[in-house]
Amino acid sequence: MTEILLIMFTAVLVENFVFTRFLGICPFLGVSEKPDTALGMGFAVVFVMTLASAATNLIYNLILVPFELKYLKTIAFILVIASLVQLIEMFLRKYVPALYGALGIYLPLITTNCAVLGAALLSVESDYNFIKSVAFGFSAAVGFTLAIVIFAGVRERVAVANPPRSFEGIPIALVTAGLIAMAFSGFSSINLGI
Amino acid sequence: MDLSNIIWAFVWFTALGVVLGAVLALASKIFAVKVDPRVEAIVDALPAANCGGCGYTGCAALAEAIARGDAAVNACTAGGVETAKAIADIMGLPVVAPNRMRAQVMCSGTHGKAKLKYKYDGPADCNAAMRLAGGDKLCPNGCIGHGTCVAACKFNAIEIKDDIAVVDYNRCTGCGVCVQSCPKKVIKLIPYESDHWVSCNSLDNGKTTRSYCDVGCIACRLCEKACEYDAIHVKDNLAEIDYSKCTSCGKCVLKCPRKIILHSRDPRAKTA
Repeated sequence: MTEILLIMFTAVLVENFVFTRFLGICPFLGVSEKPDTALGMGFAVVFVMTLASAATNLIYNLILVPFELKYLKTIAFILVIASLVQLIEMFLRKYVPALYGALGIYLPLITTNCAVLGAALLSVESDYNFIKSVAFGFSAAVGFTLAIVIFAGVRERVAVANPPRSFEGIPIALVTAGLIAMAFSGFSSINLGI
Repeated sequence: MDLSNIIWAFVWFTALGVVLGAVLALASKIFAVKVDPRVEAIVDALPAANCGGCGYTGCAALAEAIARGDAAVNACTAGGVETAKAIADIMGLPVVAPNRMRAQVMCSGTHGKAKLKYKYDGPADCNAAMRLAGGDKLCPNGCIGHGTCVAACKFNAIEIKDDIAVVDYNRCTGCGVCVQSCPKKVIKLIPYESDHWVSCNSLDNGKTTRSYCDVGCIACRLCEKACEYDAIHVKDNLAEIDYSKCTSCGKCVLKCPRKIILHSRDPRAKTA
């Protein structure tokens, strides 16, 4: 139990996907102009990443390991994640229209999100079992949500500021992201012994 | 690596692909959602600007409302007659063309003409300037000129010229998003064909208006007397044209001592 909590704490703060591992930067910059859309994207990532971690862990342990196909894990995971997202999208559209309305436009964006693939690959590399990898996927996604919401809040302020002309738009956003990443690097001094 | 390894990889990945493909194909049948085919047709007919002028969140939302019968076929003001016709065809309803309107900034207080309270040096946004004592201009109702409407306009029809916003009415579709965005409520919608408008929004009396603006309406009523068609009236210290009566004869334009009844050919009404 303690180990799972440690994994979760590490994934959210110490090794935040966006700020420490630099995964999922594309949606991080693309969907972070307003805090509420950022939150929507964050929830969609939490949803998909938790399920994808479970699915990829099963595929890895039941098919890839017994048949010595570990070297093909990247391809297998992409295949599984993409189909999973498609399936979730169709399912939500039919049975949970409210959730589909809230997450619908973000789901296709996540299909090829490197953060989702990253969570699957990293949990395999760390030899996590099923429960640990689900916990890892979930908390990594929570870390992503935290990062994108904080960033969106800052960006909303930056949008009305007057930066030098050549810094307007994406350049100032990148500088801001760098500063937040530096703040997050403060967590890396916490040694949890794992 | 021996041959069996390659064969197993081939077998498993083929199986994985086939199974996942089959699951998806099956799911698309099981989870199929019936969509009104008219919705898609209407979405295609709409301008896809997602301006929000219709009061819905975007073109897709409006299309659904039209297909349900909750919105009129001419609800899209930005699309104009052509769009209304196309949608009426899809819905099988008679065509009702919308009244085409255009946005007009009712202010002439350009740089130097409208006096300032202080020098504003904050974010380029009218709402931000509003918070600092209602903007930098002394006039409580004039255009602040920091471009909140420029940012709101989906059709690039507004630009800031000499400290006030100017609408390019070749581009304006009359969607009215700028009217809602303006914190001073200085932008108004007027009929597209109308030639004249009173380019002022000041509700103060003549003396007060004169104290802070060289080109504000002073409610002298000369236009009211000049009009032969009873089409212009001073109400709340501001002249207002009744477009149902105005014939665009231009007599009021000549009489106005402040030269603020503008004609669409007036250089002040043109974007740079």
